[in-house]
Amino acid sequence: MALLEIDNLGISFGGLRAVDNFSITIEKGQLYGLIGPNGAGKTTIFNLLTGVYKPNTGTILLDGENITGKKTVDINRAGIARTFQNIRLFKELTVLDNVKTGLHNAYSYGTVTGILRLPKYFKVEKEMDERAIELLKVFGLDEEKDILASNLPYGKQRKLEIARALATGPKLLLLDEPAAGMNPNETTELMDTIRFVRDNFDMTILLIEHDMKLVSGICERLTVLNFGQVLTQGKTADVLNDPEVIKAYLGE
Amino acid sequence: MEKSMKINFRLNKTLKSNIITYGIVIAAYIIVQLLVNAGQVSNLMKGLLVPICIYTIMAISLNLTVGILGELSLGHAGFMCVGAFSSALFSISMLDAIPNAGIRFFFAILIGAFFAALAGIVVGIPVLRLRGDYLAIVTLAFGEIIKNVISVVYIGKDASGLHFSTKNAMALNMAKEGTVIINGAQGITGTPKNSTFTIGVILILITLVIVLNLIHSRSGRAIMSVRDNRIAAESIGINITKYKLMAFTISAALAGVAGVLYSHNLSALTATQKNFGYNQSIMILVFVVLGGIGNIRGSMIAAVLLTLLPELLRGLNTYRMLIYAIILIVMMIFNWSPKLIDLRKRYFHKNRAEKERA
Repeated sequence: MALLEIDNLGISFGGLRAVDNFSITIEKGQLYGLIGPNGAGKTTIFNLLTGVYKPNTGTILLDGENITGKKTVDINRAGIARTFQNIRLFKELTVLDNVKTGLHNAYSYGTVTGILRLPKYFKVEKEMDERAIELLKVFGLDEEKDILASNLPYGKQRKLEIARALATGPKLLLLDEPAAGMNPNETTELMDTIRFVRDNFDMTILLIEHDMKLVSGICERLTVLNFGQVLTQGKTADVLNDPEVIKAYLGE
Repeated sequence: MEKSMKINFRLNKTLKSNIITYGIVIAAYIIVQLLVNAGQVSNLMKGLLVPICIYTIMAISLNLTVGILGELSLGHAGFMCVGAFSSALFSISMLDAIPNAGIRFFFAILIGAFFAALAGIVVGIPVLRLRGDYLAIVTLAFGEIIKNVISVVYIGKDASGLHFSTKNAMALNMAKEGTVIINGAQGITGTPKNSTFTIGVILILITLVIVLNLIHSRSGRAIMSVRDNRIAAESIGINITKYKLMAFTISAALAGVAGVLYSHNLSALTATQKNFGYNQSIMILVFVVLGGIGNIRGSMIAAVLLTLLPELLRGLNTYRMLIYAIILIVMMIFNWSPKLIDLRKRYFHKNRAEKERA
């Protein structure tokens, strides 16, 4: 069974049909790309998937569970984590605490236990520290764990956002333009990291990207979106050679 | 091996900062006690010791809402008012039932904190679900309403129990031997004077333990994540309303404790513009802003200095308010000017680098 099945998803803002009749199937372990010109509705689909917007039509099945119209918090608990096009870190928290906040639902002790510093507090905090540092090491951020997230350089902030999303233990990871603002070297490094995450965390990844080098380099399948509708979808190489896609991007 | 050492180092860093904060309070307490015993403290100053504790607790409490939760409360004195009156009512009606002053005061503190927390929940549940600055508006109204409501309430006690009215003392319909406890605008008289400097300092320390331990815990991280980025916090599965409400309720409860200290420091307690009004709430906000939003230690120091200052400057008489204003401005610049922040950072970094080399 497919991990993510979206059928006939649609939403309107006023008179504008931002996303219409959007259907997609993503198998477990796939690295799937969502591309399209600016304003095609890619981020809107992410917002529909994570419950920021409620769809007017359609259903979203995650691992067989219907998550259509659920709240953001519940969707995250069901197994979808995301990053943002404009980075949204907890700026005044340290790098380590950003990841530990991501571990919030995986490790638990009560507020009173925390205030009274009962033995469970020390035990669970230690486990959280260890798990968070493990995750930071994957992204080469463990050296910077004690500095504030806002003081990280741009490329590392993007990586920290991925680490924080992974900390919630998702089944599906949504990356919204992970390579935006990165130089070619950083992009190559990011491609390796994304592959590493897929292989080592058994992760299914859906990503929005404009960088064609990244898209053609790591995505196995693509869906092209234009004016809120699916233009074409299929294997990466086929899609990128489709004359319709080239027309949508470059004009006639 | 190296990894575990690094974790310890980090824990030690927050621990060290917390110990400094506790240390400052304890050291200040010892110094003041020594001076009082040596007879070096004027009566005027002695009278200020409990108010200093009250305002310190208020500043820490408000900093939890403003600095840690990132919401603005403009009616924090209202929660203090709830704590003050509920605990005073308790203490007077239990005067005979619990003759031991210490035990009675202990319960009075719990009662004050409980009712202030209840008020916090009532205000918080509808407001904290909204996005935006609604809390500021609603708490502003709450502060004014609670003060005005209390000045028209009459509560009396006789053999058959408590009587309640909003008209006048006669409308209570009490038996002959009944006594009026809350007498409308005249407030409560005869509250036992249980507040002492020592109890005040103990309550400051308890407040600090609660707030500092909360900040450095799982719930504290959740609260600060909501402050830093609501959308991201939601996306990683944090129940925003729950943690907002938690922080705000704890903050209100602590303000209630300050109110208990306040009411048990005066024999006559009234709800007026001066003690529980808008100006009082703003003054507490000034402590927080000057001491540093989110900086618990800073807001404590600001509260102490700004409570002492008007009295210390009394000798200068006509220039008093002028100097007060200048000191406010200087503190503001020192804490918030980007250039000075930069300078301080560089100075500290230099010191640290030198230490590490040594």
